[in-house]
Amino acid sequence: MEQQIVAQTLYGIPLNAYILLSAVLFSIGVLGVLYRRNIIIILMCIELMLNAVNLLMAAFGAFRGDSNGQIFVFFIMAVAAAEVAVGLAILVMIYRNTKNTDIDNMSKLKW
Amino acid sequence: MTLYIFYFLSFLAVLSAFMVVYSKNPVHSVLYLIVTFFSIAGHYILLNAQFLAAVHIIVYAGAIMVLFLYVIMMFNLNKEAEPHKDAYIKLAATIAGGIFMIVLIGSLKGVEHIENLNTPNQSAGLIKNLGNVLYRDYMLPFEMASILFLSAMVGAVFLGKNELK
Repeated sequence: MEQQIVAQTLYGIPLNAYILLSAVLFSIGVLGVLYRRNIIIILMCIELMLNAVNLLMAAFGAFRGDSNGQIFVFFIMAVAAAEVAVGLAILVMIYRNTKNTDIDNMSKLKW
Repeated sequence: MTLYIFYFLSFLAVLSAFMVVYSKNPVHSVLYLIVTFFSIAGHYILLNAQFLAAVHIIVYAGAIMVLFLYVIMMFNLNKEAEPHKDAYIKLAATIAGGIFMIVLIGSLKGVEHIENLNTPNQSAGLIKNLGNVLYRDYMLPFEMASILFLSAMVGAVFLGKNELK
């Protein structure tokens, strides 16, 4: 009974809506990377872009009735977690050396 | 009904994503990002991917956001310490991001309404089915992910050390 309701849910929302939503979220992430100078915010916007792609892949997988898409989302989440851990460690090292989180300080790759 | 839930979650996600970019205080950005993540988890539930929704909340709202908040707390960042670009770069960034969005959305213009290709497998997102696929077809990538985590952990500890000797 419950699965019938879920199936109707999938039929109710067109796939184009998910593609549109993911495109908008991805462009907001790109905008944030271009707009802000704080390295922490830039990392957050990269997370936003990864999430937009994840949502799109899950949507395609659900519309095809295929579980491989969800497995790939799972792996992308694992890679994103590792990326955040290493990125924040690099950020801590940058902050320890330059005493701020401005991305423009890193343009020369030395200090 | 579910269409309204979809619209509400999409609106919430897009609005809080904008607030991540435009809020001055980094702590507010993190909090808005948590709202975005929860609405994306709601989308996963709408897509009948319960396992993904649970993992998304645990990994993003539970682990990654705590890392971000911890780093911000350690640096004592607030509104005064926030670096700002000048107005020209902000304008250029907004125009570039907007044009990118227009290109992405405009490429969808000619696409006709996409129907379901085959009858969707309703149990595709359940843990039982996903576990079968993950441990049978994707065994090697799963083990590689553990090696990736180990190397990421070692790298993070190494980078975070005070003096590299």
